[in-house]
Amino acid sequence: MNRKLQKTLLHLTAAAVLVAAIAGAWAPAVRANPNASNLTGAGATFPYPLYSKWFDTYHQMTGIEVNYQSIGSGGGIQQLKNGTVDFGASDAPLTDAKLKEMPRKVLHFPTVAGAVVLAYNLPSVKQPLQLTSGIVAGIYMGKITTWNDKQIAAVNPGVALPAAPILPVHRSDGSGTSYIFTTYLSAVNGPWKEMVGANTSVSWPAGIGGKGNEGISGLVRQTQGAIGYVELAYAKQNRLPVAHLQNRSGQFVEPTLASTTAAAEGAAMLLGKDVRTPIVNSAAPTAYPICGLTYILIYQDQKDPGKAHALAGLLRWAMEQGQDVAGTLDYARLPAAVIKVNDGTLGKITIGGKPLLANR
Amino acid sequence: MKAARITADGVYRAALGGAAALVFGVVALIVYETTRGSVLSIQKFGLGFLTGTAWDPVTEKFGALPYIYGTLVSSALALLIAVPLGIGTAVYLAEIANRRFGAIVSFVIELLAAIPSIVYGVWGFFVLAPFLRTWIEPWLIQHLGFLPLFRGAPFGIGMLNAGIVLSIMIVPTIVSISREVLLATPRSLREAALALGATRAEAIGVAVDAARPGILGAVILALGRALGETMAVTMVIGNTNRISLSLLDPGATMSSIIANEFTEATSPLYVSALIEIALVLFLVTIVVNGLARLLVLWATGGRRAIAAAA
Repeated sequence: MNRKLQKTLLHLTAAAVLVAAIAGAWAPAVRANPNASNLTGAGATFPYPLYSKWFDTYHQMTGIEVNYQSIGSGGGIQQLKNGTVDFGASDAPLTDAKLKEMPRKVLHFPTVAGAVVLAYNLPSVKQPLQLTSGIVAGIYMGKITTWNDKQIAAVNPGVALPAAPILPVHRSDGSGTSYIFTTYLSAVNGPWKEMVGANTSVSWPAGIGGKGNEGISGLVRQTQGAIGYVELAYAKQNRLPVAHLQNRSGQFVEPTLASTTAAAEGAAMLLGKDVRTPIVNSAAPTAYPICGLTYILIYQDQKDPGKAHALAGLLRWAMEQGQDVAGTLDYARLPAAVIKVNDGTLGKITIGGKPLLANR
Repeated sequence: MKAARITADGVYRAALGGAAALVFGVVALIVYETTRGSVLSIQKFGLGFLTGTAWDPVTEKFGALPYIYGTLVSSALALLIAVPLGIGTAVYLAEIANRRFGAIVSFVIELLAAIPSIVYGVWGFFVLAPFLRTWIEPWLIQHLGFLPLFRGAPFGIGMLNAGIVLSIMIVPTIVSISREVLLATPRSLREAALALGATRAEAIGVAVDAARPGILGAVILALGRALGETMAVTMVIGNTNRISLSLLDPGATMSSIIANEFTEATSPLYVSALIEIALVLFLVTIVVNGLARLLVLWATGGRRAIAAAA
């Protein structure tokens, strides 16, 4: 019996090895096939968990392989410029100046929305802290330095705020999260816009820098009195206490997927005119104010018909079923109005000057 | 003329010479590539890049001084801690400890050298930082706060943490090389010293004196690692571009700013400034290594030669 089992196992192993060998021999042949339109992309790290799930699902559905390298938005733009990838991905849209540097016209497709939340460490404060844009700017400029500051007390009635010093923590590495956060501060605070500005990394007037979301959350967890900004998905998965922020219509809003989508919804009109418009400080009453979109960038005029159809198909799928996947990974789905904007952009793709989709 | 004959000797010589020349080639290529990459920044900022203290990607004003300062201070701090500790350990292992115990300790110390730097960074961040914040730094502020070196708030993260983590990372280099050098000094030196009536401590002193050039070499190698270390330092130094005398304050080093900002740098001038930082780091390493070599020369009896040249 035992012998027999061993023999069977041996046969099974041999069969498995054989199958693997055949598959191994096959794989290069498939890759070399010029008609297979596999895609390569590179860029932003923020949407990477979602993109890898998307591209994996899409591969299973259609057989189109999408190879995505999360090397950072800067690298993604550079690779697109050099023509080494079929699409780039960036958390910050290209500025007019950068668009001019690109060899051909580039289209922006927002794929999902994300929010940046303020996590804090105040063990004595039980209910969610409420903050205004002025307070957040004051803390990060080093002007508001203790937790029992009058401005903070004024919007947190009945909360016993400790007399502890505030330690603001920012990202030390260049990131889309910092871009959204500083875009928000520049939009709501004049002195911030003038002194610091908005970028993937800025010259921070106060505080200390932690590397990555985990660097910030580590410092915030360790240090009483610390406050730091992280992505909503990261804060949710790690159950960090996060502040409710006052939005433009005066409401204190908890950062959630719904209040993030609401922010994109509120900006839909402007996004229709220019999809690069920041969605921070939304006028919608239920919107959380620190939100941003992440983008996939492609050239308007495509060279390879196979690749162009594959790209268009992928983007269309991402706007439909892809949006349902987003929620399960704590990314906020795009509102219908923004998906409509993307549909319009898809129609602009050309191949050798002729519209791609009519070509079908 | 007779055709040159290819001999085994010649091939061997050419192969080895080529390998040695390759080192020069690599260095030349590094200098060429970093210089080429930083042309934009050199043209824009000139020498002001070295003395500038602003680092603002928004307005594209870049200066390297805070990072040069951070690299030099964190490395100096690391040496200050690691050199006495490392040489002391090496002397103990080579001269005093019994063989078996010495071998075990050497093995453990060499194990330290094999730990990836990210692990040191995580340790510095999650273990050392809370320890410094709750125990060491409040004490320093309370008792030595009158010195500008120990002013500020106890964050646990900053120059002091970076210096300590770096020192642990470079101790193995100092210990293992110094120990080998000490073991290589002739036994007769100690015996002669003892025969002349020296105490055991004095005899060890004679051996250490003889091993001095090798020990200094070990320190130079360690310094090289400290100057270039990136990951661990980035995690624990606090990453702010402010120059502060206080060891408790956060800072940044040349390698940490590159690691932090290179991936998301999009404008050509920004990238160029980061590449120039790499060039400056390379030059600083050359200068520091050159000075250290002069020190070795001086320590090994070339004193008169250097004095004559000066």
